[in-house]
Amino acid sequence: MNEHLDCQKLLSSISDFVDGELSPDLCQQIEQHLNECENCRIVINTLRKTIDLYHQQPPSESLPQEIRQRLFHRLHLDEFLNHDRG
Amino acid sequence: MNTESIPESSLSLEALKKGDRHELARMVDLYSDKIYRLALKFTNNPQDAEDVLQETFLKAMRALPEFEGRSSLSTWLYRIAVNESLMLLRKQKPDLALDTPAEEEDSEEGGSSNGLILADWCCLPEEELLSEESRRFLDQAIQQLPATLRSVFILRDIEGMSIRETADLLGLTETNVKTRLLRARLFLRQQLSRYFGERLKEWEQK
Repeated sequence: MNEHLDCQKLLSSISDFVDGELSPDLCQQIEQHLNECENCRIVINTLRKTIDLYHQQPPSESLPQEIRQRLFHRLHLDEFLNHDRG
Repeated sequence: MNTESIPESSLSLEALKKGDRHELARMVDLYSDKIYRLALKFTNNPQDAEDVLQETFLKAMRALPEFEGRSSLSTWLYRIAVNESLMLLRKQKPDLALDTPAEEEDSEEGGSSNGLILADWCCLPEEELLSEESRRFLDQAIQQLPATLRSVFILRDIEGMSIRETADLLGLTETNVKTRLLRARLFLRQQLSRYFGERLKEWEQK
């Protein structure tokens, strides 16, 4: 009993699908649909890539020194500015 | 970033609650980088991010004696920072739609019947996808998201929190987080497809 999974339905499950949170049954239906529908393949691939690009952040820099200074000043913690961090 | 990865066990909660200033300074140094970066993502503006950073620690220091430890200290600080960011955004743009992203206008070519842009830009080289210009576009695109979708996307997809952690931090149900995440991701995919679709055309002509 293979219900046809249309593109609109795929769209509503796409987020759970890329997170691997769908039931194996629904997953299989989607994968089957993807074999047949190029448009949906593009949508899935570009969605994955979008998430991936946002996840790849440049290495996090530590807080600029002057921002740290102003923060400590605002919090009345100036005397601890020169203590070792961490 | 995962809040659980922050070494908070090295802080004495007891000392913090008593207002031990040396311990407070250590707490500030331990979390300020991450909170500043989070605020930058929300506001895309260094001055605003600095305001959020300062307000977060001011509020935290005031509220610490009352802190009951029901959530971890890092989650608690994050929650304050998210609320501060949202409050600041609301103040700046009181008319900011809280629920719906701007309606898509996608009658352009390359759009399918339901308005999705179907450029297959995944094959673009990494140096194109991760160029400084692209990064700026990515950061701007988040700002187009209404605040309620933006918070979910930043915490889940940029900071790498789980659905559950995101729900806990924002006071939402997991279902609600998933719904918002879907909308945020589709919206950003669309923005990036428009942008990288153009890059793809240029690249193919080279």
